[in-house]
Order: sequence, then structure tokens, then C-alpha cells
Amino acid sequence: MDGTLKGDQRRKNILSIILAILCVIYVLPVFEVVMNSFKLNTYVKTETFAWPSGEMSAGWQNYANGVAFGSYPFWQSVIWSAVITVLSTVLILVCTSMAAWYIERVNNKFCKAVYFLCVFSMVVPFQMVMFTLSKTADSLGLNTPWTIPFVYLGFGAGLAIFMFVGFVKSVPLEVEEAAAIDGCGPLRIFFLIVLPMLKPTLISVGILEIMWIWNDYLLPYLVLDINQYRTIPIQIQYLNGSYGTVDLGVMMALIVVSIVPVIVFYLTCQKYIIKGVAAGAVKG
Amino acid sequence: MKIKSVLAFLMVAVMCMAILTACSSSEPAESSTEASTGSDSSSAGSTSDDSSSSDTSSSGSSSGGSVYWLNFKPESDEVLQAVAAMYKEETGVDVKVITAASGTYEQTLGSEMDKSDPPTLFVIGSEDGVKNWGDYAMDLTGTPIVEQLNTEDYNLYDENGKLVSVGYCYESFGIIVNPTLLEKAGHSVDDIKDFESLKAVVEDIHSRRDELGFDAFTSNDMDASSSWRYTGHLANLDYYYEQGGTKWTTCPPTITGDYLDNYRNLYDLAINNSTVSPNELATGGHDAENEFITGQAAFFIQGSWEWPTVSELVPEAVMIPYYCGVEGEEKAGLNNGTQNCWAINSRASEADQQATMDFMVWCVTDPEASAELVDTFGVMPYKEAVASSNGFLANAEQYAADGNYTMNWAFTYQPNVDEYRNALVSALNQYDADPSDANWETFKTAFVQGWAQQYQAMNG
Amino acid sequence: MSKKINSASTLQRTIGKWWPVFMLPVLICFVIGFVWPFIQGIYLSFCNFRLVSDATFVGFDNYGKAFTDPSFGHSFWYTALYAVVSLVLINVLAFLVAYALTQGIKGSNLFRTVFFMPNLIGGIVLGYIWSMIFDGILSQYHTSILLNSTYGFWGLIILMCWQQIGYMMIIYIAGLQAVPEDILEAARIDGASRSQTLFKVVIPNMMPSFTICTFLTLINGFKLFDQNLALTGGQPFIIQPDGTTIKTTEMLALNIYNTFYGSNVTSQGVAQAKAVIFFILVAGLGLLQLSYTRKREVQQ
Repeated sequence: MDGTLKGDQRRKNILSIILAILCVIYVLPVFEVVMNSFKLNTYVKTETFAWPSGEMSAGWQNYANGVAFGSYPFWQSVIWSAVITVLSTVLILVCTSMAAWYIERVNNKFCKAVYFLCVFSMVVPFQMVMFTLSKTADSLGLNTPWTIPFVYLGFGAGLAIFMFVGFVKSVPLEVEEAAAIDGCGPLRIFFLIVLPMLKPTLISVGILEIMWIWNDYLLPYLVLDINQYRTIPIQIQYLNGSYGTVDLGVMMALIVVSIVPVIVFYLTCQKYIIKGVAAGAVKG
Repeated sequence: MKIKSVLAFLMVAVMCMAILTACSSSEPAESSTEASTGSDSSSAGSTSDDSSSSDTSSSGSSSGGSVYWLNFKPESDEVLQAVAAMYKEETGVDVKVITAASGTYEQTLGSEMDKSDPPTLFVIGSEDGVKNWGDYAMDLTGTPIVEQLNTEDYNLYDENGKLVSVGYCYESFGIIVNPTLLEKAGHSVDDIKDFESLKAVVEDIHSRRDELGFDAFTSNDMDASSSWRYTGHLANLDYYYEQGGTKWTTCPPTITGDYLDNYRNLYDLAINNSTVSPNELATGGHDAENEFITGQAAFFIQGSWEWPTVSELVPEAVMIPYYCGVEGEEKAGLNNGTQNCWAINSRASEADQQATMDFMVWCVTDPEASAELVDTFGVMPYKEAVASSNGFLANAEQYAADGNYTMNWAFTYQPNVDEYRNALVSALNQYDADPSDANWETFKTAFVQGWAQQYQAMNG
Repeated sequence: MSKKINSASTLQRTIGKWWPVFMLPVLICFVIGFVWPFIQGIYLSFCNFRLVSDATFVGFDNYGKAFTDPSFGHSFWYTALYAVVSLVLINVLAFLVAYALTQGIKGSNLFRTVFFMPNLIGGIVLGYIWSMIFDGILSQYHTSILLNSTYGFWGLIILMCWQQIGYMMIIYIAGLQAVPEDILEAARIDGASRSQTLFKVVIPNMMPSFTICTFLTLINGFKLFDQNLALTGGQPFIIQPDGTTIKTTEMLALNIYNTFYGSNVTSQGVAQAKAVIFFILVAGLGLLQLSYTRKREVQQ
């Protein structure tokens, strides 16, 4: 017995070491980017893995250049990305949770049809609608960061409604029923009784939406008026494909700038993120 | 009960409409609540002109149009922005200049034209462009801008004789040389008369690069920011000689590639005698312009638009023709032509068209503006425009004056240009990695058969 | 049915007519953002058009052209190969990591945090990070990821493993933790070896997780776009003797995108037809997953 316990402990230690090594390998790419963001352009390609010292070092210059680069300073992209992500997520959460509650509680033919359409929309790849969607959105004037949330709500409603309906199903009817008999209006029932109970799902869905919208490239690229509004992925793609020589040092600096908020967000909300992902995957 | 539900419905419908319309027309109202930092600083000016121009198209207001110029040359973006600001200051008229990323002009134009606020001024610089976008261009015949022209060489017409676009400048390209470095190496620009003499000088410099401290050619990157120098400009030498005596007036369905061996002569010379070895060119990341102006290399395949930058540090730089081993090339001149041709959007409102026309005339008559433009763009073929101070264009004119033949820009006929050139880039990458004859044959296929294919794709 | 007759009726009656408040905003946006573009997309796949406003009906022409386009066929097989390879690699590795992390070793939480992190980085950014790293390595050997489609393929696999292992790991961990403790206990008492427990008890008990992860990686593989665009963008090309090109590392989604927005303005109808085919393919996989999961649920 003693022997197997010891063996068990040794096995665990070996496992720990293997995983630790894996972890280091996992972090290396990010470390690489940070390192190269302090290098001068010409050394990024030639001395990719060298420490940015001596003549290779660009100091903070890449960051200074990058954030205010060219005719479209990067900080604008950061702001547009944030605006779009926040607005869209809030809009999606409010509207789809309301719709999901209505669908599940009323549950007539109309609701079933809408629900079916939502589930259907989840399996439709974006390429199927990208061309017509961008034309429709443009002709309706939805091509600004303030209006693109409506497009996100439209295209992303499926998953959110699906998840909310699944959760509302498990919420007992009695409380709502009692409130209705007491003469409570539907809006009050929803916002005062149902919504608080939906909190875990709200967080899960919210996190899935944030991760999707913040990183999305193609939808905003096709819908937004990209001369005025560029999100982070759009701007990074744009810089790489154009404008004389691409300054790779600056590019890396911008990547760092764009990753930092994500990492901070991740580290602070890690618990919810991992839960949300698990929930989303199991349902989806 | 029924009334209540109808009321509720109406209320929500109105709310939705209100939100939608409020959002599309007056962003700041909503923005101030959600993200006060974003709205005020970033684009207060552009949003206002956005709404004004969409107003004019719908309600036909006569409050004066605005100009939206979709520019296709990234390297001239800065100057155009400055000129636009000058115009705004002088007349109060908004000029929005948007520059498409290199290699994406057609694509950008396509998506911009379909938008509610399309460009009023755009570029139709080739036969291809006329075919694609001629329908969207206003007939310029008899307009004020045409009266200012001093040559018709750079006008483009469609098959019905409609004047689709007019050149606003012409440019020149060839091989830029640093005479001082040549002298240091014991040579002179005057020694270079043909491919043989060019090759001798280049190979001598390259073989002594350590001793001299500089190399022959600058890097020849194949990434998007630099590959057009080879897939567009250098390719012109084949197209030019292939035309023989009669110049193309439309895109030919097929080409022969008879002069690709000459292309290979010059291309090999450039990649094998340069600061960067051929197998590192595919991913780019080098800065050819910087190598030239800091004296790391003596030869630089580029065009006259480089003059403002180059002349600051190498004011003595000159441009010589593409010597590539063609019979009689001692009498070659530079490659002159233009893709910079203005077209006015025929679907823009009249006010916008008028504003655009006024702006164009101002560009070619105002001494300050035309001076600014001439410096970057080259010669502007207009009566009142300022003469060019561009040294490379002076070279071009000198060659012509000396009786050398000018190579016209036949490369502007490249069909389906972005796709065609992407294939050339890929083939050249393979060749750079392994300069074998087999890989050169692949390049030839992309060059010749690719042309025919893309012609088919364009013309159905 | 019983719900309707019983207690739900009061609630239903109260909220029933409030649908404009609860449903209309979503419905309007859903029509704008999905239903209308979808219908219009199907319609346009049967049309020739430069601008949407002047489309002419051409029947199945576009589908014929799509199926005979060699680049589309190539991108299909390339995507399928990629999807299968990534499916196997990602799932095997993710399961191993998940299994290791549920053994109660020190630092599990830290490891989990690190492995999941790449998921939060967007596809475009990921593509550029890895293109820098691959080119940094390959330039030592005087080549580049843009020059060799084998590098391009494995580059994308490595990239996607890096990104997705963490995600699948989370699902597997959830599955592993859901295996009932008493079954494990019973296996231990019966003297089952570690591998016996794993293969005979643990894995059969978490089949739903495997189903989910398998289909997720498969569908993700087919839909991949951003990473493909940023890492290689389709390079290198094969130049065919007739002058057409095949972009060797171009996947389905990118092929459709290039057909839409490449400078060939006459092929948008074909692109839309390709998109419809692509939709049928992806939706088919999705439905397959649905029916498969259903069947399993019934069996259990």
C-alpha cells in the first residue's frame, strides 16, 4: 500500500513537471510577441528569437508610433472595438432574454416557429449571408458602431435565445404565476422576478458574445464604413496588407496592445469565462 | 384589452423606429451615454459630412456638395490629405480623401460604390477600369477640366466615345541610380548604355560589396507593399516590346511573353546582386527605399514618385531605363504613363458633381496646390499647372528630347489585375527560392496563360 | 399539453399579447440580420449580378460553374483534410491534458488558466503572431511558410491546436468531473487497473463530451477563416498549364470570400452558389450532430 502511494505521488510529480513544461511552451508565443514589440523593424524577421538589446532595441518607440500610426491612429480602433462589443452584448442580452422568456412561456405556434428559426440560424455559416447581409445593413444605414449592434443582434440571436430558452425551461413557473395572479404586469414579472434568476445564464451568454464580437473580423469589416470605423482586427489586417513597408515592430506592439485588455478581462473573470464556455458548448 | 395590446404594439414600433433612425442619423445622442470618450474626439467632422452628403442624395439640397476622392496610391495619401485640407481652408468645402490599401483599389471601389455615400471622384486609370466602371463615370467632354488640359495623351474613352477620365499627371519609372556610389566604385552612370554594361557595373559592385560598404541593388521584397514593382512595372518591358510598332488600345485577349527572357535578365540581375538574398524575399520586411537613401545600395527599381523622399538625401540621383538585353536598347527611354486619371461619379448628386469639378479645376490651376501635387505626382499635363521640379521626370523628358523611344505603360492593360499579379507573385516566390528553369517556366505560364485566363474571367 | 390547460394559462394570458415588447426588437433585427439576407442569398445564387439591384436569373448555371471550378474542389478537399487532422489532434491532446488536470496534481488551476488563454485571442491576431514565429524559424533555413503548402498546412494545425486545445479541455474536464464517483469507487474495489478504469469506465461515461467536442472541432475546421487569411492567405499558388491558379492553402470559407471580393466582378453569383453549397455542408454536419446526440440521449 505504501509503495503504490509513493508511486502515485511520483507519478503526479512527473505529470506536474510535464504540464509545467507544456505551459511554458504555451506562453512562449505571447512572450515572443512582447519581446519583438521592442525590436526595430529590420530585426523582427532576421533575429526573431533574440533578446531586444543594443542596436536591436526600439524601446517604447514602436508603441508610440503604433498607437498614433498613420492616418488612422490605433487608439481609435480600440475604442470602436470596445463600443461595439459593449453595446452589442448589452443589446443581445436584454432583447434575447426577453424573447426567450416569451417564447418558452407562451409557447404557441408562432413562438415555436421563431424558436425553430433561431436554432436553424445557428448552423448557418456567416459566408452564406455575408454578401447580402452587408448590402442590407448598408442600405439601412447600419454601418456605424452605434448601429452595428442591431446586426449582431440579428445574426447572433440564435445561440443566445437557444441558451436562454433552455434555462427558462428549468425555472419553476409558480412564482411568476403567483405574481401574474397578483396583477403584476409582464414587464415587472420579467425584470423583477425572471431576470435575477437568469443571472448565471446572462453571464455565460454575455461572455460568449463578448469573446465573439471583440475578435470578430469579417462581419464588421463588411458592414462598417471601414474608412471611418475600424475595429482592432480590421486595423491589424489593414496595416499588414498595405501602406508601403510594414513595420513589424509596430505591428507586434499593436498586437500586445490589443491582447492586454483581453488578458486582464480573462484573469479577472476567469471563473465565469470557463463556466460560460462549458455551458455554451454543452448546450450548443 | 385589444386596444391595450394595439397600443403596446404601436409604442414599441415607434420606439424601434426612433432608435433606428436616431442611431443612423445622429450618433452622438446615443453615444454620449455609452462611451463618451469615443464619439467626440474620433470623427466629429466626418460624421457630420457623412450625414450631409447622404441628405443631398435623398432630398437634393442645393446647399453645396462635398467631395469624396477615393485615391488608389497609398504613397500619395499624405499629400492628398494636405491638399484637401488646403481646399477646405480656402473654400470651406469638405474634401474627404480615402486611400485604398495597396492591391485592393478595385475591391474597395466596388464596395464603396454600392454604399449610400459613394465616392464622387475616383480613379479610372486603365482599359480594365473603363470596362468595369465606365458606366459610373460622367462624360467629361467639354467640361472646365478638359479646357485646362494641354494634351489628350492621357484621356480614356469608352467604346461609345464617352470621355470617361482625364489624366491628372503622368509619371515615369525605371532604375534609380546613386551616381556618387557608382563613382566610389570606379564607375559612372554614363558607362551604362545597355544590359551588358549595366550587368558589368552591378556585378562588380556586388562582388566588392564588403570592401565598398554598399551593395548593387536594394532588396526586392515580394510582399504586398513592394511586389508591384516587379509584377507591374518591370513586367512592362515585356508588354512594351511585345507590342512592336502598334501600341495596344485595348487589352489583348492573349500575349506571347516573347520578351520574358529579357525580363529574366534584369530580374536575375536585381535579385542576385542585392542586399538581401533571393530566398528571403517572400515574406518581405525589408525597406528598399531606406536602403537606397542611406547609401546601402546603388540601384533601386522604382518610379518618379520616389523623388520627394530620395532627393532629400540623394539629390543627385538619376533614373535610367530598364536595360534588359533587347536589340537596340541603347536608344531606350523611361517608362512614361499614368494610371492617375480622374473620373466623376455619374450617380452622385449634381451639387456633389459640381463641387468635385470645382475641386479638380482648383487642383490644376491653384499655384500652391498644383505645386504640392506636382512634387509627388510628376508632371501635370495642364496649362496653368506649375512645372515639375521632379528630377526623375526631368530625366524622362531628357531621354525623349535626345531621341530615345519612350516606353508607354502597356502594363495598365493587365486583365483582372489583382488576381493576375497575385499569381505572378506566387510564381516569383517559387523562383526566388529555387531559380531553376522549371520554376521560370511556371512563371511564364502565370504570365502568359494567366493573362488569357484572366481576360476570359473579365470578359466572360 | 397539460401545461396549457393548467396553471400556465393565467401567465400566458397576461403576457400573450405583449409580444410586441418582448419579441419585436429581436424579430426586426433577426429579419434584417438573418432571414432576409438568407433568402436573398438563396435567390442570388441563381442569378448573375454586378450590383444586387440588377440581378438576372440564370438557373443552375452558377452551381455548375462552382462545381467545375478546380479551386473550389481543391479547397474542399484541403478543408476536409485539415478538419479531420485537427479533429483527431485537438481532441486527443485536449483529452490527455484534461485527464492529467483531473488527477489532483499541484497547480491544476494555473495550468488550466494558461491552456485556455489563447482562446481569447482573435483569429487575425493569432495568424500574425504565428506567421512571425514560423517565419522566424523557417528563415533560418531560407524558406518561408508562404513558399511551401506543407508548412502552411501544419502551421495552421499547430496554430489551431494552440488555440483550441484549451477550449476542448474545459469541456472534457466538465465531462470527467461528471463521471459518478460511485462507479469509480466500484471499479477501484474490483481492482481495475488505471488504464482499465480509463477505457472501460471513464470514457464510456463521458461519450456526450466526445460527441460535442468532435462536432465542434469538425465544424470549426470547416468554418475556419480568419486564421487562414492571416497566416498564409492561400499562398503558395499552383500555376496550372492553362494559366488558372489553385491557392494551395485556401480553405472553403476563404475561397468563397475570394470569389466574392476578388477583382473578378462577374463571379459574385458563383460565389453565392458556393456559399449555399458551403451552408448545406456545414448545416448537414450540424444536423448530424443533433440527431446523433438525440440518439445517445435516448439510449441512456
